[in-house]
Amino acid sequence: MTSFVPLVLGLTLAPLLMGVINRTKAFFAGRQGQPLLQLYYDLWKLLRKGAVYSQTTTWIFRAGPIVGLACAVAALALMPLLRTPAPVSFAGDFILAVYLLGLGRFFTVLAALDTGSSFEGMGASREAHFAALAEPALLLALVTLVLMVGEKSLSGLMGNLDALHWLNSGPALVLILAALFMVLLAENARIPVDDPNTHLELTMIHEVMVLDHGGPDFALIQYGAALKLWFFASLVVSVALPLPEMPLALLAVAGVAGVMLVGVGVGILESTMARLRLLTVPYFLLGATVLAAVALLLTAFRA
Amino acid sequence: MLMDFILILVLLTHLRLLASSRLGACIRITALQGILLSLLPLLTTEHAWSARVLGLALGSALLKGVLFPKLLFRTLREAEVSREVEPYVGYGTSLMFGVLAVGASFWIARHLPLPAPLASQFLAPVAMSGMWCGLFLIIARKRAVNQVLGFIVLENGIFTFGAGVMGELSLLIEMGVLLDVFVAVFLMGIMVFHISREFDHMDTDRLSNLKD
Repeated sequence: MTSFVPLVLGLTLAPLLMGVINRTKAFFAGRQGQPLLQLYYDLWKLLRKGAVYSQTTTWIFRAGPIVGLACAVAALALMPLLRTPAPVSFAGDFILAVYLLGLGRFFTVLAALDTGSSFEGMGASREAHFAALAEPALLLALVTLVLMVGEKSLSGLMGNLDALHWLNSGPALVLILAALFMVLLAENARIPVDDPNTHLELTMIHEVMVLDHGGPDFALIQYGAALKLWFFASLVVSVALPLPEMPLALLAVAGVAGVMLVGVGVGILESTMARLRLLTVPYFLLGATVLAAVALLLTAFRA
Repeated sequence: MLMDFILILVLLTHLRLLASSRLGACIRITALQGILLSLLPLLTTEHAWSARVLGLALGSALLKGVLFPKLLFRTLREAEVSREVEPYVGYGTSLMFGVLAVGASFWIARHLPLPAPLASQFLAPVAMSGMWCGLFLIIARKRAVNQVLGFIVLENGIFTFGAGVMGELSLLIEMGVLLDVFVAVFLMGIMVFHISREFDHMDTDRLSNLKD
């Protein structure tokens, strides 16, 4: 049952990752900040509440959060943590993982449009726009990894990526890491792209789509967002830390520590950087795509 | 290994130049590129610490890293512009062209018959993409300062190639080219200054409307 470790770790610790980011931001702002376990309390509180549905909405609105969470869990089931393989893995599963996240987003967008609010429609349009631009960057980065390591599944990739790859094609791996981190920020609505705390209607992207969800639905959405962040963080960590073979417990501890470090990194970045203007976000994502494309060229044409 | 890192950094500066609208940032990036490239002769030749190689590295670092930026920043200040507002080709499109150019130069470099093996597998593609990005900057931007930068980037590309197949002869040619570029940038700086004083702008596309 060793291979269930990454999934179980993700499902239980993902809300903690959000807490780590919030505490890092609070530290930089000189505040004490919320408790580390705040998201767990929030989820528990929301799950006990009732939900209110507008009469203009249909079943799509109710299905949105459930499909979103299901997709996040399914994608997480494909994601290894360091060398620990994922419960499910087969050749080409990275494409499935990317598009599972895409399906989840599609339903969130549909649910937002289903409310009939022009405000939510605006957020949905932005989310779809930026997601379309982030997708090539993510896929190019993953394809480059596949080309470099010669394995076609995520678990195979991370299991065979070792220090030798960093020695032989370090520059390409650095570019891939940068591209993946930029995609992480964009996909999870973090600061240079979107501000998770803002409620100013003209600037927010992800937050605006979920305004009409309440109670258990909102809990599902928040939990799904945390799982998605965990998915990307463990992807970044698995590429960045090519650890040698070691006992499972050690690997798990190293993996969780790495993911939390990514959280601290995101928190530091959010505290030190301003949000990009909405018009410049496409350039940010284009930059990520270009980095991944250059990495692909370096890998494809290496001697 | 160190050389590969330098070359890939140079490759990224090419792409960054294509994506940037701020002229000040462009000048700084070009200066950084010049300094990075001036390290190359020290890494490629066997007797790296001979006076000639050292002189070339130091000379090009001083010229491209200190003197050119100073001249161009002075021009910027006097012409009172800070950014390229309406380029002929937008920044996103430019960046995509850049990636295509890099891809093409990797492909060509693989099929290019060379007399001797180069010091690094990235030398030829980086040199070629530098030439293309430089030419593209000259074509696609309106501001005269950006065109001067494109010219410098083009020369940097040639310099990269020269550093890779370094012999005594190419050293000599390199010195000559460096001198030429210096004179050219100097003259362009003065010219841009005069254009902007006469016409309140330095958009080159409007120069064709001049009548006497």
